[in-house]
Amino acid sequence: MLAAEGLAAEEMVAETPEEEIQTAEEGGDESKAKKKEEDGPRENGLLETDYTARGTHLDVLINPDQVVRAAEILDSEGMTIEMVTGVDWIKENQFEVIYDYSYTGGELFRVVVRARVDRENPDVPTVSGVYGGANWHERETWDLLGINFVGHPQLERFLLPDDADFHPLRKDFTA
Amino acid sequence: MNELIRVVIYFVGIAAFLGLNLAYLGWVERKGAGHIQRRTGPKEVGPFGLLQPLADGLKLMSKQLIVPDNADKWLYMSAPILAMVPAVLLFVVIPFGENLVPREFNLGLLMIFSFASVASLSILMGGWGSGNKYSLIAGTRAVSQCVAYEIPMLITAITIVMITGSMDLNEIVRQQGDYFWNWNIFRFDKSIFMPLSFLVFFVCSMAETNRAPFDLGEAESELVAGYITEYGGMGFGLFMMAEYANLVIGCSLTTILFLGGWQSPIGIFPGPHWFLIKMYFLIWCFVWIRWTYPRTTLWGLLNLSWKYLIPFALVNLLVTALFIKVF
Amino acid sequence: MSVLAKSQLQETFELNIGPQHPATHGVLRIKVTMDGEYVVKAEPVLGYIHRMHEKMGENRTWAKFWPNLGRLDYLSAIAYNHGYAGLVERANSIEVPERAEYIRAITVELNRIQSHLLWFGAFVLDLGGFTPLMYAFDEREQILDLLESVTGSRLTYCYFRFGGVYNDIDDDFIAGTRAFIKRFRPQLPMYDDLVTNNVILMNRLIDIGPISAEMCRKYGATGPVLRGSGVNFDIRKNEPYGAYPEFDFDVPVYHECDSMARYKVRMDEMEQSLRIIEQALDKLPDGPVMAAKVPKMLKPAKGDYVFAVEAARGTFAMRAVSDGTNTAYRMRLRSPTYSNLSLFEEASRGMLLADALAFMGSLDLVIPEMDR
Repeated sequence: MLAAEGLAAEEMVAETPEEEIQTAEEGGDESKAKKKEEDGPRENGLLETDYTARGTHLDVLINPDQVVRAAEILDSEGMTIEMVTGVDWIKENQFEVIYDYSYTGGELFRVVVRARVDRENPDVPTVSGVYGGANWHERETWDLLGINFVGHPQLERFLLPDDADFHPLRKDFTA
Repeated sequence: MNELIRVVIYFVGIAAFLGLNLAYLGWVERKGAGHIQRRTGPKEVGPFGLLQPLADGLKLMSKQLIVPDNADKWLYMSAPILAMVPAVLLFVVIPFGENLVPREFNLGLLMIFSFASVASLSILMGGWGSGNKYSLIAGTRAVSQCVAYEIPMLITAITIVMITGSMDLNEIVRQQGDYFWNWNIFRFDKSIFMPLSFLVFFVCSMAETNRAPFDLGEAESELVAGYITEYGGMGFGLFMMAEYANLVIGCSLTTILFLGGWQSPIGIFPGPHWFLIKMYFLIWCFVWIRWTYPRTTLWGLLNLSWKYLIPFALVNLLVTALFIKVF
Repeated sequence: MSVLAKSQLQETFELNIGPQHPATHGVLRIKVTMDGEYVVKAEPVLGYIHRMHEKMGENRTWAKFWPNLGRLDYLSAIAYNHGYAGLVERANSIEVPERAEYIRAITVELNRIQSHLLWFGAFVLDLGGFTPLMYAFDEREQILDLLESVTGSRLTYCYFRFGGVYNDIDDDFIAGTRAFIKRFRPQLPMYDDLVTNNVILMNRLIDIGPISAEMCRKYGATGPVLRGSGVNFDIRKNEPYGAYPEFDFDVPVYHECDSMARYKVRMDEMEQSLRIIEQALDKLPDGPVMAAKVPKMLKPAKGDYVFAVEAARGTFAMRAVSDGTNTAYRMRLRSPTYSNLSLFEEASRGMLLADALAFMGSLDLVIPEMDR
């Protein structure tokens, strides 16, 4: 069984025991409630989510500079990167980068890794050194949102024309 | 005077035969393709689509002849003509019947092979002269294919010449007497490999005429249309007609060398109708194979020729020589 | 002439495949640097059909986003419908009646067969065999007629709704589907005979385009690409949704990792889809096809929601970030072709051009779902 890892805001946390992961998978009685206001509190950035309500098992909130370390840990566990999403939280003046990892080895386990950066200087280290598949996902996120992935081999326009000078998925973009 | 009339009659006859064949072989191909693919093929233009080739010809003739900027004008314009001319010229030596041959030439076989080699030159000219990378790649592929497959074809033809003792096509047919077991394909007393050498010759003529599964020169889905990409209108029309003319020549040659030409299989009524029946049967086999098999790769094609067909043809040559000497 | 003279001086030359090209199945451009016939570097250039569906997800209410799903992967549109329906139903805790789940499974599997048939025809056409395309389209026409009678569309379906499907299936559809299964099942061995066991095709596919399971994992490749490399992973079995736990079907896995393995996986998947449809028709329960009380304005709770389905090409996943209003704050669509093609650059180094094109065909690309 996959032993969950997580990264604290400043330090590494010991492995979470197995029982907690089981409860996350089986869902709980909370899934019956029609409207779940919020997930539970985070411990060192880790949050076990209810699979039937959210679709993921483990939700991890880390600093941007720990993104590569998280990817390496999940890579060594045999997980694959499914998508990289960028979200523009304009009211909080932040960008959020969300990495979805899943396990194609047989067990069902989804890990979500989040990192928040400033909207003025959105620099996040690139994960494409660990996962080749992140290359295109990050390039597209830069193209559509403007989040700068430091160390990416080819941060150029991908889906938009080569001479575009705007980032359309930003909330303050007007066509 | 007699000679002049004879020349004129043959000229008109060959031109008519050729014109009808080139136009209507396209119809046969499309109808055959249609029925193999569970559809009907052309049926709107005329009854059973019989006027389709006329419509196609009119369409092609009415198109503007565009020469691309990058193209070498002289090569570009002369390639289709060079493709067409040798194929047409070769009809001079094909014996349709015992006395139905325009010019009974005692080096007929040699003439056919020398003119057929010009076809690969025209492909190269078309590919290079188009000024297009795709066409160039296709042209070089087609040339290497033509060269590789000429060799086993020639060697197999040499075995037939050894058996017959003459390069005259009509003589070759005459020696394959009545009854089908006298045809060269079944002459086991001359060489035990005869049917196999027929197959070798058949495959080589498919490759020489750039027909599927050996149609890398016109590989549609890889290189758009190969060396004919930049050709439109009648240039394209000439290339297509040249391909069909080469097809007719190839099939005629196969029937003459192996299937007995105008000899009848049952001993009665020899004549040009047998020649035409056998030739059209082979053409139908070509069409059938084209729409059934996918395309080979370039190295698969070349491997087949250099590693399998050529050694076999050489062995066949030696075995035939042995048989002739001993028996 | 000057173009050709220049290429004589350099070792490599650049060739552009597409965006208009018969073999790329859509508007995909690949910049290939070639050394003779060998590919030195192949770089796909995307974006020719980029329509910004993700922004449309933010500007439309949840219900108004429905038509967009069909336009993403037009060949597997019902599976995309399923993904979106599952996502919103998960977010709003909507229960789907059983009959609707079974109907969803039937239509998704019919769609899967149709998508694989088109891939089969187009793939063999790329390799030079013209005839299987016509046979495949003949079968496909029967499926499209069936689905049209129920959904009203032939290609870009918009059949599902939140809480079920909008139109019930009738006896004609059930009889027609059974007749189709009966007609189609003996065709698969015929395709095997005519096409799969053809020597020329085997020479062109066996040992061409090897992709290791590790490369698939690094690039996120899923679907038949992953199953042709020996990994037994299918969302329908590993992350079950809808009515799939009720059905008994196999997941075809081949270990050779070459194009032939991926080809065989898809051919076998068609047979398995037939099994699923038969079981679904046999076990079809009665009942409503729409959930009873689905609110008109959906306002899911704040947070992220993820839902994944098995489309014809692999894992289609959607992530919706909701801020409690009636439009999504961020709608992310993860298309399988995007991840499958991302390994093309690394995998095609040193291949011959014809092999690279056969390899691309075996990846089964649909460009609109890649560009969104």
